Amino acid sequence: MLETVLHLVVVLTVPPLLLGVIGRTKAAFAGRTGAPVLQPWYDLLRLFRKEMVLSTTTTWVFLVGPVLAVVAPLAASLLVPFGGSRAPVSFSGDLVLFAYLFALSRFFTAAAALDTGSAFEGMGAAREVSFACLAEPALFFGLLVLGRISGTLSLSSMLSAPWTTGWITAGASLVLVVAGWFVVLLAENSRIPFDDPNTHLELTMIHEVMVLDHSGPALGLILYGSSLKLFVLGTLLIRTVVPCGASSPLVNWVAFLSGMFLLAVVVGVVESVIARLRMIRIPQLLVTACLLSAFGMILLIR
Amino acid sequence: MRARFKRVRNPEAVPLSSVGELSFELFRGEILEEVGNGRRIASLFGLPDERRGDVVLVVVLADDADGRLLVGRCRLAEDDYPSLTPLCPEAHLFEREMAEQLGIRPKGHPWLKPVRFHRSWRKGRDAWGRADTEPIVPGVTNFFRVEGEEVHEVAVGPVHAGVIEPGHFRFQCHGEEVFHLEISLGYQHRGIEAALVGGPGKRTIPWMETLAGDTTIGHTAAYCQALESLAGARPSPRAEALRGVALELERLANHTGDLGALAGDVGYLPTMSFCGRIRGDFLNMTAFLCGNRFGRGLVRPGGTGFDLDAEGVNQLRNRLQTARDDVRGAVELLFATSTVVARFEGAGIVTEKDAREIGLVGPAARASGVDRDVRRDHPAGIYRDVAWQLATAETGDVQGRAMVRWTEIQQSIAFILERLATLPAGPVRAAVGALAPGSLAVSMTEGWRGEICHVGITGPDGRFARYKVTDPSFHNWFGLALALREGQISDFPLCNKSFNLSYCGHDL
Repeated sequence: MLETVLHLVVVLTVPPLLLGVIGRTKAAFAGRTGAPVLQPWYDLLRLFRKEMVLSTTTTWVFLVGPVLAVVAPLAASLLVPFGGSRAPVSFSGDLVLFAYLFALSRFFTAAAALDTGSAFEGMGAAREVSFACLAEPALFFGLLVLGRISGTLSLSSMLSAPWTTGWITAGASLVLVVAGWFVVLLAENSRIPFDDPNTHLELTMIHEVMVLDHSGPALGLILYGSSLKLFVLGTLLIRTVVPCGASSPLVNWVAFLSGMFLLAVVVGVVESVIARLRMIRIPQLLVTACLLSAFGMILLIR
Repeated sequence: MRARFKRVRNPEAVPLSSVGELSFELFRGEILEEVGNGRRIASLFGLPDERRGDVVLVVVLADDADGRLLVGRCRLAEDDYPSLTPLCPEAHLFEREMAEQLGIRPKGHPWLKPVRFHRSWRKGRDAWGRADTEPIVPGVTNFFRVEGEEVHEVAVGPVHAGVIEPGHFRFQCHGEEVFHLEISLGYQHRGIEAALVGGPGKRTIPWMETLAGDTTIGHTAAYCQALESLAGARPSPRAEALRGVALELERLANHTGDLGALAGDVGYLPTMSFCGRIRGDFLNMTAFLCGNRFGRGLVRPGGTGFDLDAEGVNQLRNRLQTARDDVRGAVELLFATSTVVARFEGAGIVTEKDAREIGLVGPAARASGVDRDVRRDHPAGIYRDVAWQLATAETGDVQGRAMVRWTEIQQSIAFILERLATLPAGPVRAAVGALAPGSLAVSMTEGWRGEICHVGITGPDGRFARYKVTDPSFHNWFGLALALREGQISDFPLCNKSFNLSYCGHDL
């Protein structure tokens, strides 16, 4: 029970801090001090106090996008274990629900974008869904690898498997999966090299351009939702890479949270040392991620 | 050997009577022939003759190989004339501009649209037959359209997501591929050319300094050169050297800022942040000269408004040497990052053939292998004493434009250090008398965006009957449109930044 409460507190409060850490890392590379780590939270609170401007051409769909952008990753977060050994909700096959909660959220974000009738947003929606089609197999191949290692189809046991037997029996597969998932993490969270969350240039955006017309609390929900998504997808990676199977729950939670913040630093470093890809090159990198995960699978069934 | 056009140097004033008034047929034939022989149009404009109710056209052709400018003049008896554009594409925007200002109609112009959306200077003469009461709204006009089920149109601006000048861009796209881009400007039109008639006056210098805010020195120097040659004055060698220093500092600040902005557009943070700061260092050096970061108040008719003492020279040299090391570190990091170069290479290509045909100028032209530079081809002031080795590239892509800028940064720093070491002694300002009546002066400088061409024509009273300003952006905006053809729409911001053209310099 205590673990579930802790789980909820962490998922509700920590995700925006990851964005703060990424920002600080990037600032350090640029020779600046950067905004406080709490800045994303300040921004969210500011947005929630603001008025919302709604275009008269939009319908209810326009508001479902932001709501699902928070609800879907929040629901998905209940299916994965953080520092604890089990997720709050767990059943056999929950990995499919996990993957398609994100798809549901994406569907409504794209629908909300199309709802505005703006040429930019249609363009962004087209980009988002085509790239998502390529990222999804990479995610699934990785989950299948974990499922095979653990012999279950529930995320809780799958994500505990790497550090019980996985790294000894199938280390090579796991390395490939981690590499593939890291690419998926960057793509799904619209980070460099796929997208630039800081750009103001509509024509180059992917995810950001879809939410150009959202303002105030709706925009706040979207930003909060995207930090949740980063956190939840990051959990897959961190639970695979960082051992959280110690007997003391405190050690597990510290290991998990340090892993998450380290991941944010790594994302910040990646964003600082490389430039964005040209849009037509993005599918190539995503296909590479799929192939990495797929080879991880092949190594395992060989 | 025919000599129907008057050959002058930059900046030289000649009596208007020495520029023979040709018939339009001869005038047109001459332009086409000269352009066919490798000359190019530096300026083409008209001035209304109110007494006779018709229009006088003036052309300035640049003969880069020979270092001369060819000035021609003709009287247009009728408002309709056969267009030059089908045979000489670089005339296209000049002809649109003349049609809008004077209500004359180039017959056979392939795309005759307003440029800046204002009323004709000649009352009741409108090239499109619009009534005086009909409202004229910028951007409200026909646009080129590609038809088809899978083609979609994307319109950007005039209000942008960033804090930049207003301009309207219309893309005809097939998925991510751009078939055609049409650029519609005019939102910044202030009516400067019309206001300059009857000058110079007290407001003339502030106008010149803000024709394009980031090219204060370039435009003001061109204006002062024109004024000095019309008045028969000559600034002191010290003033000319200081103007050269200021012009190159302006280039340094803007080129450095552009390289940083290019890095920012591809999401490469370190160079973006460093160049943003170093740009400020260069601006502060200009402020050190005259108290204003953009150089307002520095260039004045007859010389400069400020002098530099020995201590100041030392300090400026030290600052420049520090900035030189900083900018080298930041830019070398940029070009050493393979992901950045992968993004720059092959984006927004303008071929050399296209660049020549549409008359590109400045770094954009040099990046396409077209070696033209006022500092080398038509040197004035301090540049007469210097041999320039032009920075060129062959590729015509974003990488080429970035490399040209980087080479020019290094050249400009070396140039300033040399000028500071050999600064001539003497006063910095000479008196400028009244302007010669009935004269014409052509004055050009190489601003950081490219060739700036000013033409001043005085009336019998020694005041401007017409003052024509051609900003490099006027030549180059169409180059940006061409760079996007068959390119990716997501590359537009990057290409746009690699040209970094001025909206208000175009709109005047």
